[in-house]
Amino acid sequence: MDKKRPLVALVAILSLALLYIPSIAVAIFSVNNSRYGLAWRGFTLDWYKLLLQNEYIHQATINSLILAVVSTIASTILGTALALGLDRYPWPKTLHRFFDISINIPIVVPDIIMAVSLTLAFSFLRVITPIFELSLITLIIGHVTFQISFVTLVVRSRLASLNQETDEAARDLFASDFYLFRRVTLPLITPGVLAGAMLAFTLSLDDFIISFFTHGPDSVTLPIFIYASIKRGLTPEIHALSTLMLLFTVVLVVIAERLSRKF
Amino acid sequence: MASKKSDRISWRGDVTKPLRLRLRGLGLTLPPLVWLTLLMTIPCLTLVALAMATRGQYGDVIWQFTGNNFRRLIGYSFFGWSADNFYVLFRSLWMAAITTIICVALAYPLTFHVVTRPPRTRVFWLILIIIPFWTNVVVRTYAWLLVLGPNLPPARLAAFFGLIPEGAALYPGQFAVYLGMVSTFLPFMALPLYASVERLNWDLLEAARDLYASRFQVFTKAILPQTKPGLAVGIIVTFVPAMAMFVVTDILGGAKFMLIGNLIQQQFTQARNWPYGAALSLALMVMTLISMAIFRRRSGLRNLS
Repeated sequence: MDKKRPLVALVAILSLALLYIPSIAVAIFSVNNSRYGLAWRGFTLDWYKLLLQNEYIHQATINSLILAVVSTIASTILGTALALGLDRYPWPKTLHRFFDISINIPIVVPDIIMAVSLTLAFSFLRVITPIFELSLITLIIGHVTFQISFVTLVVRSRLASLNQETDEAARDLFASDFYLFRRVTLPLITPGVLAGAMLAFTLSLDDFIISFFTHGPDSVTLPIFIYASIKRGLTPEIHALSTLMLLFTVVLVVIAERLSRKF
Repeated sequence: MASKKSDRISWRGDVTKPLRLRLRGLGLTLPPLVWLTLLMTIPCLTLVALAMATRGQYGDVIWQFTGNNFRRLIGYSFFGWSADNFYVLFRSLWMAAITTIICVALAYPLTFHVVTRPPRTRVFWLILIIIPFWTNVVVRTYAWLLVLGPNLPPARLAAFFGLIPEGAALYPGQFAVYLGMVSTFLPFMALPLYASVERLNWDLLEAARDLYASRFQVFTKAILPQTKPGLAVGIIVTFVPAMAMFVVTDILGGAKFMLIGNLIQQQFTQARNWPYGAALSLALMVMTLISMAIFRRRSGLRNLS
């Protein structure tokens, strides 16, 4: 493609503007020295200072991080086990199909239906035990439920690229089950497991809909806090918070990009 | 001795009994499968039963059969028939379709622009598309409230042309919702499409041009067939969630601009009418499955996940 295409470039730049102008606006208003209104009143970092003093935002940040870390660990273990169990053992064809369908449900079904189903599941399970009262625990359970499928998908694509001769060679050399897993299987699938975990982590941070339906009054996350603030009335602290979240996303994406080039 | 040996099989270099193998496989698959069945498959199926249950006086669920939720779904209520629900269902489909079309129209130039950058800067351009993909939808949506606010350049421009009264904001309304929708889903369309555009065989484009194909023909005959897989994935991951959207319409649309997602959310929160919410969810589910089936067949894709 040696010819210059001004129209293509123009539309591309316009598209990127569409993606970035709102975020840039948020960043600008986060350093604007005006509590109300949208007029420019000079530069300030006061909103960032206020942000650090805000109890609710502290709590929401901690909740978001606990949620993302715990749900990622749980879903990575469960999802990897599922991927290994499905691909490494001889299952009858019909059973395999059934497994495939149940794994694909959260990927195909719209988030809001997943969220509604989880609400329903918790309301039934609450009859058995109060663990399922809406709280950080239900939030974690909800996130794990949609993360498992994505982790399984990523790990399975890694497993598909491995050959079974390595397994056979290890067995011929009298590797025990545990030794085979620890020394052969695990090192080979590690890139897939890490990629799956990374995906699960970002999905959790990115999620709003599942959280919205499964959180309790004491387990507000950052997106839910921001959503509630929009309804109450926006303050510059929210712009500061959003700007920091945006920067965090940028850092995560760049790290992920670096990591993916390594493997 | 020989008969005892014959019930052992060799599996991936391991000589073992089928039963033992199966038990070990179950040990790995059972915990996640029980989790998914209990928290996802069963509740999803229960939606069907819930849609036929009755709402109690205080928003509780009474398990008594009724067809009222489905009657209400197609517009019947105490006050007779109204087309309101059809508007909502139709609007969900329509908005998702328009959003998808605009995203396709923007994603082709965008991905072509990125692909034709020199290799050193290409990663940078690609990251520019990935960042919004991973930014929270609530943050990205409310940001439009600032851009479209009263007395800022966009609103002033619109007021200058007499589209809105002086001093008013460009939200809530259709324009704001489309901006929000397109900017939310553009990365979802662009990233799968990029995967296809990256592998494009440029010789075919050149050949088409040599044979005096018009620009339009180059696109339909040389580019489109080659990028179909990426385009199909992009359309599905844009259209299906766009149909179910409630965040963008909730923040930028106001009360007049409801989609089926907003209706479902209302039934499970303020209205506390779970059975009707379940009926709406089933309607959305059916719409999702039908559109997926159509895209799958049209694009000739088999394994989509």
